[in-house]
Amino acid sequence: MDLFEYQGKQFLAHHGVTVPHGAVADEPDHAVLAGESLGYPVAVKAQVRVGGRGKAGGIRLASDEGEVRAAAEAILGLDIRDHSVRRLWLEKAADVAEEYYASFTVDRAERRYLGMLSARGGVDIEEVAATEPEAIARLAIGPRHGLSAEDARRWAADAGLAADIHDQAASMLVDLYRAFTGGDAELVEVNPLIVTGDRRLVALDAKVTLDDSARFRHPDWAGWATAEWHDERERRARERGLNYVGLSGTVGVIGNGAGLVLSTLDVVSQAGGTPANFLDVGGGASADVIAAALEVVDSDDKVRAVLVNIFGGITRCDEVAHGILDAMGRVELRSPIVVRLDGTNADEGRSLLAGHQSDRLVSQPTMLDAARAAVALAEPAP
Amino acid sequence: MSIFVDRSTRVVVQGLTGSQGRFHGLRNRAYGTQVVAGVTPGKGGQDVDGIPVFDTVAEAVAETAADTSLILVPARMAAGAVVEAAEAGIGLVVCITEGIPVHDELRTVDRLAAEFPGTRLLGPNCPGVISPGRCNVGIIPGEIALEGGPVGVVSRSGTLTYQALQELTRQGIGQTTCVGIGGDPVPGTRFVDCLRAFQDDPETRAVILIGEIGGDDEERAARFIADEMSTPVVAYVAGMTAPPGRRMGHAGAIISGSSGTAAGKVEALQAAGASVVANPTELGSRMAEVLGPA
Repeated sequence: MDLFEYQGKQFLAHHGVTVPHGAVADEPDHAVLAGESLGYPVAVKAQVRVGGRGKAGGIRLASDEGEVRAAAEAILGLDIRDHSVRRLWLEKAADVAEEYYASFTVDRAERRYLGMLSARGGVDIEEVAATEPEAIARLAIGPRHGLSAEDARRWAADAGLAADIHDQAASMLVDLYRAFTGGDAELVEVNPLIVTGDRRLVALDAKVTLDDSARFRHPDWAGWATAEWHDERERRARERGLNYVGLSGTVGVIGNGAGLVLSTLDVVSQAGGTPANFLDVGGGASADVIAAALEVVDSDDKVRAVLVNIFGGITRCDEVAHGILDAMGRVELRSPIVVRLDGTNADEGRSLLAGHQSDRLVSQPTMLDAARAAVALAEPAP
Repeated sequence: MSIFVDRSTRVVVQGLTGSQGRFHGLRNRAYGTQVVAGVTPGKGGQDVDGIPVFDTVAEAVAETAADTSLILVPARMAAGAVVEAAEAGIGLVVCITEGIPVHDELRTVDRLAAEFPGTRLLGPNCPGVISPGRCNVGIIPGEIALEGGPVGVVSRSGTLTYQALQELTRQGIGQTTCVGIGGDPVPGTRFVDCLRAFQDDPETRAVILIGEIGGDDEERAARFIADEMSTPVVAYVAGMTAPPGRRMGHAGAIISGSSGTAAGKVEALQAAGASVVANPTELGSRMAEVLGPA
């Protein structure tokens, strides 16, 4: 689960990291109230789960009531890389003397944690990483060893942080590391991590991804999880417990297992089509889950055909067939469905569908045949 | 021969009394696997269709000489179950459970490497391992596999593993062992571990490797193939058209920057001499070409 900046800052503050005071606002009147109580000048910041919002006009400074209102009106509703802005975060404008970068992630290749720290933070950090990799101090951290204050101090020096800041940096890095590990985050990234004019270290931005698998031991995450989704299709899928990613093509794709679904996207492309989505129903999907998946995919206006690609292991193909027939009986699906069933109970599943073959429901023996049929239905030759 | 498991493998199922544990434990036994014990804390002394249940893995090992564990317990208990198996001296731990928090996973893999070098962890979030006709530990449907070799299969994706087995079986090509390493961020066993075992197995004459976007395990596999393997490899990588930067399903399937892309992995595998197919349907026919006339 990706957190919005304001949620990320709540998360970091909870773990002892210094963040600016601020307030959220969903409409211009609330932004004005927030500005009055924080004191001018304030930064008005779009809350979206993508990077690059500064360059897209999603961050503005305001020094009085009129400017706050104008900024809020301009930013709310703004479209930033397909994410519509519905919420603002306002905070007292910072007096920035220096901009650093700090992050912690899991290094899967090395089976360690990876900390990255740089004195060259800010909007161009990716360019710095590409052109001057030595400007980023990487630290491999073993989970049994952890990150001590001494380690962190040495690391701050290696990264070239200002000498007067090393003690504060060591302390904040240890807090960030604890937030990352103890808080079950997959990513904690602060860019920029700033030094203010009066030499205080503050996390001016926060990008935090929480590990959905750890939700069971964090009841306090529930409030963050209910925040709005930028994509209506993804919201509907999420409500039904489906693993869905919206794309922009015309062939809806449903399958079991992430690898098989990824592969199905590839085969649709090879057949000359464009996938509309990734939807993994997971293992052991029931008829209900299949029906829900079909409804979600079919509700996408761009979809012209749906490809259901199942290789049964735990999943039983007869259940899948029941789900398809259920969905077709329950709601009027706009798009024709092409089905490929293989594996556990495939014969039972195929015979269930055999009695219902029409121009709305087509069975195909292989993944490639099914993809070709779905593409032909979605993008008929002129 | 086979790798990791064979006819002598003795399996204890952690979570045997649960619905998944019972279903797959009995299915593995019906396949011919020696499922000798189950473990569920508090249910020691019971049995599941004649398989004795113990409170701890240590007791199960002492009483039944189990050497392999199959873990089918809920995610919140799975990391603890892996460590318990290792402490009891289990040599191969097959963890099917998905949804283990990534920090638990990393700590567990790290601890195993440091304290229990004699224990191999397969998974988590994997379909298991099957040596057709000999032993099946996990959830791979045994009926789609064909015994007799000579092909080894190793895959990050469960359903694509089944697809590969079926394509081989349709061609009449048997498998020595099929290993699903799982798609989690920090798997206990990686491609290279399996490739090395297949390379050392005299019965395995060729290998199928199925990768997907994210991480660098395929790139490492490619280096191993180039440097140390004489056994031919046929490979497939899923995710050529996945949009960059999007997370899809497996926590493993994350692309960061330009590394970990499917195209990069295909290129690395081809450069290493592997024969790469464009879609999984071709795995069987390409392998038939690689093996040549019998």
